[in-house]
Amino acid sequence: MPNYAFTLNGERVTVDAPADMPLLWVLRDLLGVTGPKYGCGVGVCRACTCHVNGQAVQVCTLTAADVVGKKVTTIEGLAPDGGLHPVQQAWIEEDVAQCGFCQPGQIMQAAALLKSKRNPSDADIDQIVNVCRCGTYCRIRKAIKRAASTM
Amino acid sequence: MSTDASQDTVPPESSANYVGEGGGSLSRRRFLTYVVAAPVLTVAASSVGDLIAHSKAYAVVPSPPQPENILDLGDVMVTATKQAQDLFVLQVTTDNRVVFRVPRAEVGQGITTALAMVVADEIDARLVDVDAPLEDARQDLGTAQSTGGSSSVRSLWDPVRAIAAEARARLVTAAAEQWDLPASSLTTRDTAVWAPDGRSATYGSLTEAAAKVDQPAVSTDPKPSSEYRIIGTSTPRIDARSIVTGTAKYALDVDMPDALPTVVVRPPTIKGKVKTYDASAALKMPGVVAVTELPTGVAVSAKTFDQALKAKSGVNVIWDAGTVDGVSDADIQSRLTAAIPPLAPAPPLTQRVDATFDFAFVNHAPMEVGSAVADVQSESAEIWVASKSPTGAQSAVAEAVGLSTDQVTLHVVRGGGSFGRRIYYEPAVEAALVSQAIKKPVKLMWTRNDDMRHGRVRPRSHHQLRAVYTAGEVVTYEHRASCVELDLGSGTGQALIDAGYVSPTIGSAFFNLSQSCPYNFGVVTESLNEVSYDMPTAAWRSVYSAQARTAEEILVDEIAKALGLDAVAMRKRFLKTAEARAVLDKVASEGNWGRTMSSGTAQGVGLHGEYRSIAACLVEIDCRGEKPRVTKAVMALDVGRQVNPSGLRAQAIGSLIDGISTVLLAGNHLDDGAFTEGSYSDFKYARQADAPLECDVHLVGDSGKPGGCGELCVPAAAGAVANAYARATGNKPRKFPINF
Repeated sequence: MPNYAFTLNGERVTVDAPADMPLLWVLRDLLGVTGPKYGCGVGVCRACTCHVNGQAVQVCTLTAADVVGKKVTTIEGLAPDGGLHPVQQAWIEEDVAQCGFCQPGQIMQAAALLKSKRNPSDADIDQIVNVCRCGTYCRIRKAIKRAASTM
Repeated sequence: MSTDASQDTVPPESSANYVGEGGGSLSRRRFLTYVVAAPVLTVAASSVGDLIAHSKAYAVVPSPPQPENILDLGDVMVTATKQAQDLFVLQVTTDNRVVFRVPRAEVGQGITTALAMVVADEIDARLVDVDAPLEDARQDLGTAQSTGGSSSVRSLWDPVRAIAAEARARLVTAAAEQWDLPASSLTTRDTAVWAPDGRSATYGSLTEAAAKVDQPAVSTDPKPSSEYRIIGTSTPRIDARSIVTGTAKYALDVDMPDALPTVVVRPPTIKGKVKTYDASAALKMPGVVAVTELPTGVAVSAKTFDQALKAKSGVNVIWDAGTVDGVSDADIQSRLTAAIPPLAPAPPLTQRVDATFDFAFVNHAPMEVGSAVADVQSESAEIWVASKSPTGAQSAVAEAVGLSTDQVTLHVVRGGGSFGRRIYYEPAVEAALVSQAIKKPVKLMWTRNDDMRHGRVRPRSHHQLRAVYTAGEVVTYEHRASCVELDLGSGTGQALIDAGYVSPTIGSAFFNLSQSCPYNFGVVTESLNEVSYDMPTAAWRSVYSAQARTAEEILVDEIAKALGLDAVAMRKRFLKTAEARAVLDKVASEGNWGRTMSSGTAQGVGLHGEYRSIAACLVEIDCRGEKPRVTKAVMALDVGRQVNPSGLRAQAIGSLIDGISTVLLAGNHLDDGAFTEGSYSDFKYARQADAPLECDVHLVGDSGKPGGCGELCVPAAAGAVANAYARATGNKPRKFPINF
C-alpha cells in the first residue's frame, strides 16, 4: 500500500493506506483520532468536518492521497496546548452541546466560517448545513456570534 | 455489595406530597438510606414505600379527570423501582471525589449534569468535585435502570437527595468526633466540613471515618429549597469541555485497538432473512478477517471500517422475503382508516368541527448510528453500548450467546442522541454474536443507510377528531387514533406490564396513561387502535402525544375559528388549569401575540401538559419563500422545581426543532416493504436554515418537585408550527410532514 505524508494537528504523520481509503477512517482506524465522527459517510451530515489547510471539509469524502503535504486539523488540534479555541469557549458558555456527537464537526465548521468572515451574518450562519439531531441550532447561532465578538 | 443492617437509619420521608399542575395528588414515596459496608463512605438508598394517593384532580371542571391526570407513565416508571435494592449509590473517595453512579443513559438530555448538581447541592460539594459515571447494567435494578418517559429527574430527585443528605450528615459527624466539637456547630461547603474557628477538613479526608459512624449526630433530612445554591442555577453540561475538545467517548471511540471493525450486509426489504450467501469474494478482499451470518444479515469483520464497508460488495446474498414485502404507505393508510370506529353523530341543534390527520413514519435518526463493542469469551462477555434499557440489553446478549446475565458485563456508554431509539439494543446483540462466532472482540457499526432503512420508526398514525359545540360551548370531544403497532420495548413496556396495564394492548394502555385533553371540552373520548405489522417501530420523543396532541392543538384552532374566538382567548377560556393559562399568557405576552404581520407570515400557538409539567409555544412562520421557515419561537414551561434551567431550555429548544422537522420536513416513506429514505439527504431533518433566528424559552414556576421535561415541548411546538402554517397559508394542514 502506498504511503501518504501530511501534517496532522501540527505533527508530521505518514500512513500506509489504500489510495481510496476515506480520510475519516485513516484518522479513526489507523491514527486513533476519534474526534471526527461517522454520521453518514457521504458528506451529508458533516459530523466529520475537519480543516484541511484551514478550510472546512468532510473527511469522509476525502482520501489520504487528497491531503498529501497538507495541514489536517481535527477537533483535537483546533486549540494549541490543551487550551480552548474561542469557538470552543463560546460553545461551553452558551451550553450548546446536548448529545455532543455532531459538535466537533459544528465547531470546526464554525471556526472555518469565522476565519473567513469575522462577523458572520445570520444568512452566513444559515449556510451551515451540519446536522444536529438534538436541534441545538439556536445555541450554535448564539455561540458563533459570541465567539465572533471575542476573536 | 453487602449492606450492614445494623447501620440502617430511620427512613427519611420525602418532604411533601407532589401536587402537579392538574392538582392530582401523587405518591408518598419513602427511601431507606443506609451505609454500605466499604472502607470509604458509601451510602445507598432503596425505595420502601410507594403510596399512590388518588384525589380529586380538578375541582371546578366539567370534564372528569382522565387516567393521565391521576397516574402517568412517569409514576409507573418510578413505581417500577420499588423492589430494587441498593438502587442508588453514592461514594466519597479519599481523593475527595463525590461519585454518584447514574442508573440512566446519557444521550444528550443532560441527566448526568442535573444529578451531579443535585448531589453537589445536597452534600455541599463543589460541582467540579462530583463525578457522575454511568452505571453498568445491573439486573437487580431491572426496569429501574431504564431511561424514558421524561422520568429520570422525577424518579431520582428524592433518593438522590436522601443519600447525599445522609452522606453529608455522616461526614459532619466524623469531623465532630475528630475535632471533639458539637456536630451542630459545624458547617459544610466546598466539599469540606468547617469548624467555627475556621478549620476545615475535606470530605476525602473524612470519608474513612465517616464510613464507621454509627449514628449521624445531625439531621439526615434533605435541605429546604431555600438553601439551594446549585439547584435552580443555569449550569453548563459537566461534560461540555470533553465534548468541545473531541475527547468525549462514544461506543466506537472506546479504546479497544484489537476490536475488529464490523458492518452488516442487510436485506433489501424490512426484516428480510438470509436464504443463502457466498462470501468467498469478500474473504479475499484486503483486511477482511471473517464473515458471520446473523439473524439480521451477514456481518463482515475487517481491520478497518473502510475494508469492512468495501467488502460488503463481496458478499453475495440470496434473501428470503421480508415481513412487509408488498406493503406501502397507501396499504397501511387503508388499514389505519378502517381501524377507527365511526365517530358519534352530533346531536340535533349542535354544530361540529371535524378533522382528520395523518402522520408519516419518522426515523429517530440519532447522529450516532447504532454501535456496540463486544468481547465474548467462552465463560464471559463484555459489552459497551449506549443503552436506555441496559438490563434488557444484558439479558438479550446473554440469551443470544448462551451465557447467564451475570456472566455478561454491560457498560453503558454515552450515546449520540436517542429520541427513543436507544431503548433498543440490536447492535449489542449483533456485536456479541459476531464476537462469539469469530472469537475476537468486535466494534460493530450500522451505516446511516442501515439506520434509515432497517432502524426503527415512529409508527405511522391516523387521527379522526370531532368537537361538538352549541351556544359557544364545546360539549363533546372525540379523538379516535390508529397507528401501526408500537414496540414499547423492554423498559417502559415491561414496567407497564408489571404494573398491570395490558389491556387491550400495551400501546393502548400507554396511550391512556399518557393522553389527557387539557381543555374543558365536556365529554372527552380518546382511544387508540393499533394495527399490527411486523416492522421495527419505537417510541419517538413524546410517543403518542407527538401526533395525538399535535392533532388536538390544530383542532383547537379550528374550533376557535368556528366559535369566532381568537386562538389564545379560546384556549384561555377552555383550559382546565391556572398553570396552563400561565404558560400560555407568558408566550402570548412575550411573543406579542396578535401583532400585525405581513401576508404570508403568521403566528401560531400550541400547548401541552404531560409528565406533571406544562409548556406553551408561540412561533412565527414565513411561508413566502421556497419553503416555510419558522423565524421566531417563544416558549414557556412550568416544570415544577427547576434543577438546571439551562438544561431545561436545551430540551425545549430541541423539542421545538423536532416539532418544526416533523410538521414541515422530515418523514419516511414505506414503499413495497422498504423505506425510501437512506440518509439525511432525503430524510430532511431541520438544518440551521430551518431553525428560528430568535428563540426564547421562559421558565415559569419553580416549586414543589421536578416534573418531566425531555419530551414535554414536542406537541406544543408541533402544534404551534402547524397552526402558524395554517394561518399564513390559509390551508388546513392535514398530512405531516407537510413538505413530503
